[in-house]
Amino acid sequence: MKQEHWLDNPENQRWLWRGFLLTLALTVIIGAVVDLHPHFAIEGWFGFYAAYGFLTCLLMIVVAKGLGLLLKRPDSYYDQDNRDE
Amino acid sequence: MSSAFVLHPALVLIAGAFLLPLLRGGVRNFAVVAIPALALAAVILLPEGRLWQTNWLDYSLAPLAVDRLSRLFAGIFALMALAGGLFALKQHSRLEISAAYLYAGSAIGVALAGDLVTVFLFWEFMVVGSTLVIWSAGTPAAWAASRRYLAVHLAGGVILFAGITGHIIDTGDASFTAMQADSIAHWLILIGFLLNAGAPPFSAWLPDAYPEASWSGMVFLSAFTTKTAVYVLLRGFPGTEILIWIGIFMIFYGIVYALLENDMRRILAYSIVNQVGFMITGIGIGTEMALNGTAAHAVSHIIYKALLLMSAGAVLAATNRRKCSELGGLFHSMPLTTVCACVGALAISSFPLTSGFISKSMVTQAAFDGHLQAVWLFLAAASAGVFLHAGIKFPWFVFFQKDSGLRPADPPMSMRCGMVLFAFLCVAIGLWPDLLYGLLPHVVDYVPYTVAHVITQLQLLLFSGLAFFVMLNYLKRTPTITLDADWLWRASGPAVTRRLAGAIRQILARMHTGIAAATALASTVIIRHRRPGGLLLRSWPSGNMSLWVMVLLLSYLALYYME
Repeated sequence: MKQEHWLDNPENQRWLWRGFLLTLALTVIIGAVVDLHPHFAIEGWFGFYAAYGFLTCLLMIVVAKGLGLLLKRPDSYYDQDNRDE
Repeated sequence: MSSAFVLHPALVLIAGAFLLPLLRGGVRNFAVVAIPALALAAVILLPEGRLWQTNWLDYSLAPLAVDRLSRLFAGIFALMALAGGLFALKQHSRLEISAAYLYAGSAIGVALAGDLVTVFLFWEFMVVGSTLVIWSAGTPAAWAASRRYLAVHLAGGVILFAGITGHIIDTGDASFTAMQADSIAHWLILIGFLLNAGAPPFSAWLPDAYPEASWSGMVFLSAFTTKTAVYVLLRGFPGTEILIWIGIFMIFYGIVYALLENDMRRILAYSIVNQVGFMITGIGIGTEMALNGTAAHAVSHIIYKALLLMSAGAVLAATNRRKCSELGGLFHSMPLTTVCACVGALAISSFPLTSGFISKSMVTQAAFDGHLQAVWLFLAAASAGVFLHAGIKFPWFVFFQKDSGLRPADPPMSMRCGMVLFAFLCVAIGLWPDLLYGLLPHVVDYVPYTVAHVITQLQLLLFSGLAFFVMLNYLKRTPTITLDADWLWRASGPAVTRRLAGAIRQILARMHTGIAAATALASTVIIRHRRPGGLLLRSWPSGNMSLWVMVLLLSYLALYYME
């Protein structure tokens, strides 16, 4: 099957993923090698920023999902009210 | 009245707004670009100082006062009007650009106001202009949303007016200088300002109203109301500590709601609240570094948020769809729009080499300098969250993800010019930060590009990106909305009112029947006694009379005897 765009090719997508993971590893390795002159003690931990970015994002997604259980409604929820006005 | 002849940039734009409807064709298109360009030139050429002074009643007013801070904001507002006008050139509604220029001109008026009376006047003109921009979308949903928007902002205006009146009575001085939140009047002013910034508990007006504007209308709306609020807070309440926590609340409110949202323009609306949260936090920290950072971030944010909304507007104009669940795969046929959206997304996420990197980091630096570790931890988590909810989510679900099969073309030339101009600025400010640093209110002593800063920022953002793809299954879009405080005035408020009205109607009905029965009883009694032969109208025999006289006389005699 002819691909419409090089990004549609699963082979290229796999290469993008490899590149992404390699960059992730590189940032952590470089971060461990260079002096980050930390302002706070926890900044000095190995891969602190990487772990913190990843974990806080997971936390935010979980919190959002939890809140969603409570507050999500079908997107036609307010339609009645729009018709009234 | 004036010490020197100068052109007031706000009046240039407002006069232009009234001139535009009279023009047609090429002349009109030229004027759409020339009017804000003239206003921008006027902002640049203004000398510093209180240029216009006048006395009104007992107060000395300064409708045109210029310093570095006001020039920066007036300048970015004029530039925004220019790019927005260019982008909206093909808009069918003839009202929209005029309304937007009235709106932009009033925002410039607030930025250049040296006294609170002028601030209030232009503040209210902004409400008129922005409401008209929402109206010009011309849909029933926009009409309903504009009414809710207007109600919230008129209420905010009343609060602000009460505060300003109280301040003038307390101090006898109308000039607009830094205040402390130490009196009822000042609290009212602070609340009035914060309402326009989208602060809790009334953040909901923003994601409710803005996305209902037309494809070009929201580009204007994103820039002026919230950023004038940032400006007046920056001038009026620097270093007010409660603002740190209000700002942090706004940051996470924006992230969480944007993560749950399906409508691409509502995602971007929530992310306005999120980004303004960074600025409010900076104002709360209140050091020179923080205030510089806030001002710089306001400028960067106006540019990249307008860029993001232009790309969303291009998609909306081409497909007439706003929901992520109905979009996807648009990069095939809209390459330029995709690139511009990605530049905006990288800038809002503060990737190195973009404007967000060199501006937001100043607020973070201020948290470092003040040893505010808790604040800094929140800001760092929030930076990662911005990439999550706006930086990846918006481009991914609109332009990539599963192919929706839609193949709309890139937008017409005028829209492309607006997008490319702002995409260029996002990168230019990121590459040459001194362009922006030179315009900030205080001297900048900050180097954004250090190895440590670039590496830590990349770690934070890229791992946030990893979290996005790991959790992608949980982020799948569903056709839902998320309830917000506006539920109070859209659903529960009306329901309570309806109930209450029902109850009152019932009570009234009951009272009605009660009163009717009582009236009927009274009438029968009256009629019974008043009819001929009734108790009061009956004719009495005279023998009766003499009998009663005799009784009287006898009792008199008896009483006299007993005495």
